[in-house]
Order: sequence, then C-alpha cells, then structure tokens
Amino acid sequence: MQPVTELLSRLEATPLAVFISESDWAFPAIEAAHVIALALVIGTIAIVDLRLLGVASAHRPYTELSRQVLPCTWVAFVVAAITGTLMFISHPVNYFENTAFRIKILLLLLAGVNMLVFQLVTSRDVAQWDRAARTPVAGKIAAMLSLVFWIAVVFFGRRIGFTMLPA
Amino acid sequence: MQALAQWLAGTPVSQGIQRELWLIPLLQSVHILAIAMVLSSVTMIDLRILGVGRSQTMVQTARRFVPWLWTGLVFLAATGAALIVGEPKRSLPNAAFQLKMALLALAIALTLAFQLSLRRNTKFWEEKRSGRTVTVVLAIATFLLWCAVAVAGRWIAYMATT
Repeated sequence: MQPVTELLSRLEATPLAVFISESDWAFPAIEAAHVIALALVIGTIAIVDLRLLGVASAHRPYTELSRQVLPCTWVAFVVAAITGTLMFISHPVNYFENTAFRIKILLLLLAGVNMLVFQLVTSRDVAQWDRAARTPVAGKIAAMLSLVFWIAVVFFGRRIGFTMLPA
Repeated sequence: MQALAQWLAGTPVSQGIQRELWLIPLLQSVHILAIAMVLSSVTMIDLRILGVGRSQTMVQTARRFVPWLWTGLVFLAATGAALIVGEPKRSLPNAAFQLKMALLALAIALTLAFQLSLRRNTKFWEEKRSGRTVTVVLAIATFLLWCAVAVAGRWIAYMATT
C-alpha cells in the first residue's frame, strides 16, 4: 500500500490537482459536468436495457436502437471518466481510502464485465431476435444486471461526498 | 424566504428527515436517477429534431420519450420537495436554488410548447427540409437549458450558508 500512497501524494501535488482543490469554482464545475455526463450514460444505457427487457421501444429492432443510442453513451462516458479523474486527483489519497469510492469503482468494473459478456457472447445471435419483442433470457439477465450495477454506481457515488474525510 | 425556511426547519417532518442521516444521500441519489431519465429523454428528442434516428417519426419519438420526461420530473419534484423540507435553509434562500427554479420553469414551458406545436403542426416537425435553423437552435437551446438546471442544482451545495 505504501508505494500507492506515495504515488497518490505526488499526484495530489501536481499543479492541476492543486488548482482544482484550491479554486472556488473548478471542483463544483467539474462535478456538475460529471452529473450531466453520468445522467446521460445511465439514461441511454437504460433505454437499451429496457428494450432488452421488452419494457420500452419493444417494436424497434435492437441493433437499430443500440446503433443510435450507444454512441451518445460512449461520448458521455468519456466526459464522465475525464471529470471523474479530475475530481479524483484533487484529493487522491482521501478518495483511495474511501470505502464508498472503492465500491463504486468495483461496480463500474462489474458493469463493464457484464457489458463485455453481453457483447461477446449473448448478442452473437442477435440476428435471430433483433426484431422480436421477446429477447433471450441471457439478454434479459444482462439488462437487469446492467440496471442494478448502474443504479448502485449512483448510490455509492453520492455516498462518497458524505463520507469523505475533510481534506 | 428566510422566515419560511426557519419555520419549515422546525416542523416535525423536517426534524425527522434531518435525524435519519442516510435519508438525504438516498433522496439525492434518486434525484440523480430522475435527472438521468429527463436529460436522456430530452437528448433523444433533441437528436431527432437534429435529424438523428430518422427511422422513427417525430411523433413516434415524442410518444416514446415525452412520458418518461414527465415521469422523471415527477420523481424530481417529489425528491426535491423532500430535500427542501429536510434542509430548508440550505435551499430556499439560496441564489443558486432560486436561479434553478427560474430555469426549470423556462425548460418546462419550452417542453409544453414543443408538445403543443407537435400536435398542431405535425407536418412542420415531420418534414425533412434540411438546415431549418429555428428547430436546430431550439433543440440545442433546450438541451443546454436542461443542463443549466442541473448545474444550478449542483451549485446549491456550494452556495449554502448553513
């Protein structure tokens, strides 16, 4: 753990990190952009998940819908990742030691693995159910897991702000 | 506003919300999930106005996403009201909160105007004429307006004096 803490301390001393933590407006501005980006990430992922579950957009071909929606998800994800990294480097040691932060990162990884399994395994036979309102059980499970992971990401993300040690 | 906030903070409901320490982060999380519903619905409608996703008509797109937009707003109003009751002095006299409410009123007015216009002038919205400056500007402006509501909302935490 020691080398990690040392690396994080050095990160905290970089001019960019010092600027973010000392400026009056930088952190709130980055945080606001993070909220907007993550709202778009989760909302657009939910549109695809709800299609897989047959709750909404059930009449639209799955590939057509996801080809339209998922580029928005990725753009928003890049913004969320950049703004998240900027917030992290302002107090990297405190974030690293924060339990809610660690759980959130773990949940993000789980959401990523779930997405990979769906893309590489479940959606291989998409041609067979693309236009069907009913999707395979594996697709429904992936959609449920995705919704659960992302909702949990929001809960633990918001918890970070309430459990961080005063910097 | 100060007096109202003072009175509200003394009510039993407010005291209860303040006592349950997990309740405010939970309400804020649900608030954020509802923001996801509203912002994503607005984005899908605005993208369609800009010409993305033409396989769906304007009316189909609106029918798919406008109900989710309003549902999200109901959740936002409910969790937002509970957050105000829980911490009235944090929000009611707060300049960021007051700006947020003004921007929100404008955003809701634009949404209603869009729904009405789509119903009355369906042809206008369905036509494929490219480079219709008015609708393009309106689509981008409404998206930025909803973003501004979110930014003002996050700023409440940094303008709060109590």
